[in-house]
Amino acid sequence: MLNFLARRVGFMLLTAAVLTLVVFVMTNLRPNLEKLARSEGSVRMTEEAVDDWIVQNGHGGPMLLRYGEWLGILPGWTLTDEKGVTRGRCIREGMAPEDAPVRCGILQGDWGWSTVFKEPVSAVLAKSLSATGWLMLWVMIVMVPSSLLVGVLAGMREGSRLDRTLSTFAIVSTATPEYVSGVILVAVFASATVGISPILAELGWIEGKTLFLGTATSAMDQITFWNFTLPVLTIALYGMGYIARMTRASMTEVMTAQYIRTARLKGVSPRDVVLKHALRNALIAPFTVIMLQFPWLLNGVVIVETLFNYKGFGWTLVQAAGNNDINLLLGCSVVAVVVVLVTQLISDVGYVYLNPRIRIS
Amino acid sequence: MEDLGWGGIFFGVVRQFLPVWIALIVTFALSIRYKRRLGLYGKLFDSTIGMIGFGIVMFWVFTAIFSALIVTHDPLVQVSGMKNIAPGSLVKGSEEPDWYLLGGDALARDVFSRMVQGSQIVILIAPLATLFAFMVGITLGLPAGYNGGFLDTVLSFFANLILAFPVILLFYLLVTPEIVQTGLPQYLGLLLFLFPIIFLVVLVNSRFYVKPRFRNAVVAAILILGGWIYLALISEPDSALTIIPPTADFLHVPPNILIVFVSVVFVNSPTVFRIVRGLTLDIKTRDYVAAAQTRGERPWYIMLWEILPNARGPLIVDFCLRIGYTTILLGTLGFFGLGLSPESPDWGTTINAGRKLLTIAPHPAIVPALALMSLVLGLNLLADGLREESLKD
Repeated sequence: MLNFLARRVGFMLLTAAVLTLVVFVMTNLRPNLEKLARSEGSVRMTEEAVDDWIVQNGHGGPMLLRYGEWLGILPGWTLTDEKGVTRGRCIREGMAPEDAPVRCGILQGDWGWSTVFKEPVSAVLAKSLSATGWLMLWVMIVMVPSSLLVGVLAGMREGSRLDRTLSTFAIVSTATPEYVSGVILVAVFASATVGISPILAELGWIEGKTLFLGTATSAMDQITFWNFTLPVLTIALYGMGYIARMTRASMTEVMTAQYIRTARLKGVSPRDVVLKHALRNALIAPFTVIMLQFPWLLNGVVIVETLFNYKGFGWTLVQAAGNNDINLLLGCSVVAVVVVLVTQLISDVGYVYLNPRIRIS
Repeated sequence: MEDLGWGGIFFGVVRQFLPVWIALIVTFALSIRYKRRLGLYGKLFDSTIGMIGFGIVMFWVFTAIFSALIVTHDPLVQVSGMKNIAPGSLVKGSEEPDWYLLGGDALARDVFSRMVQGSQIVILIAPLATLFAFMVGITLGLPAGYNGGFLDTVLSFFANLILAFPVILLFYLLVTPEIVQTGLPQYLGLLLFLFPIIFLVVLVNSRFYVKPRFRNAVVAAILILGGWIYLALISEPDSALTIIPPTADFLHVPPNILIVFVSVVFVNSPTVFRIVRGLTLDIKTRDYVAAAQTRGERPWYIMLWEILPNARGPLIVDFCLRIGYTTILLGTLGFFGLGLSPESPDWGTTINAGRKLLTIAPHPAIVPALALMSLVLGLNLLADGLREESLKD
């Protein structure tokens, strides 16, 4: 087990290094740097001035060297101009060059400066990740129990009417990406002119003009049922169908197993057959599926946060990518890649741990 | 003349789709009549779910084919006074009876016509991109699974690498004007589009190895024809990659469409690779593979003519599911305004354009959203039906 874990972690670190290098190269390509020079310096810079700016700001060296600096394993660049002023990657404004640390990269906790938000990247990321954390928490609270319930109920008796109905629901929900369900949900529940809100308002059943709010910006300050239901529901719906289908498949397989038949023949009540005998084994496969769903949730988070204007991680990523904010985009990629790799690791380890057949051998 | 009610809109839309209904009826009648002679395709008509799925998918395919007959207006023309107008409104200033069946969008264009026209882009790109991804995945997955060893380790590592990349981040990195300027997507296309040619050549070569003259002729034909299409596809005048002169460049793919295509293929192929590799690992232990090995067949013959045909069931099912997934990806690209031009009528872009006024005039976004959803649903149902029927034997 320890050996397995060590190999997995080693592989993970290698993957993370390669992926961050790829992102670094792609965000630090020449056209990106030129755009950065023009947006940070002046729009009417000449070609020479742009070249000069790039070199002066430490973007001139070889790509691998700059990657090492950004990572924090190589010493940061320093330049002394003709006036004798020394500037460098690690030298803050008002800091003497001698006092500055030699290395400053993400390994030292220095993620750089965001050009869009005019704040350190780490501060921007911390804020947006906490916002997204709340969204994810509620998505999990809604999605996991309901999809497991749907899957188990459908898989209990294969081919029954309940199974057909729930399976159809699962297929429809997997066929509805977030940007489709979000648009439909907003039109039905959060529009003052169409959908069910005007009817409810006329009947006097709801206080405001709409049943739910179509944007989640106010949820940044305070999460309420009114402003948070639609974003949570939008993400949860897409993931739900997939988990439910996996649970159903695993449940139907377990329900035909010999030990279930034995339990039935012993005269165990149907409720206990499902709850005590079937459920434990049926939930091994969905566990890995739920863990592997995280990277997909990341996708959903980007779409939903853009759609509902909720300033979390996904929204930040779109802002960073759209505005050529190199440091912030790199920070976002590190977070995204780490999230994906860690969930893969947990799902692998968890699968081994949960499944006695693999655990013992 | 006056505005249409909901019934009028419904009949108007159904009437506009008339060529599609006729084509659907003919397809279904012929298929059901001859279903016993049509193999797996015919068996599809034994399952209700499969038939419903196939019907929905073919509805959109025929819509794409006959879109010139179906549209009521030019999808790019703006008519003044029709901005965000409700469905079924009479076109202002027209003499004849002429309606915006599903209303107008924020730029006063006909939502219905744009939706119909948009189906063309999706129906063309999604299956083709999936096909390319399958070619890449099969060409790499078969040897990885069959030979194992170093090749397998390296290829699996790269596949996992791409899979660990969040899709949206990858799109944002690949499909930006700056990256396009460097020509990176074109170089990626250079690599990815090579695989269909390799696949076909190896396929023919391994089968007709014993008939050199016939083999030479076919391989030469594939190389010349495929090579020309290949060069015409990736070479584009006035871009980073101009290989052949414009006169020989008969295929003009707009650069942004090419980028979207390449990135979708790139995202899909690692998954296909993993599926093919897994299937190969399973099938290579079968007796008929051992028999072929004993006969002294060459590895590529065994892979392509013994293993691949026996892996077709799961691959066909996954193909259908993957077209649906590719459709969703294309929509995502459009939704973020990546790649396709803002006035393109494809569904993702129109949803993105319509969502800004969602609470006031929802129809410009709802119509393409429902269209996209129904196509993906149809593909999922079709895959389910195929899986059910292929499991029966």
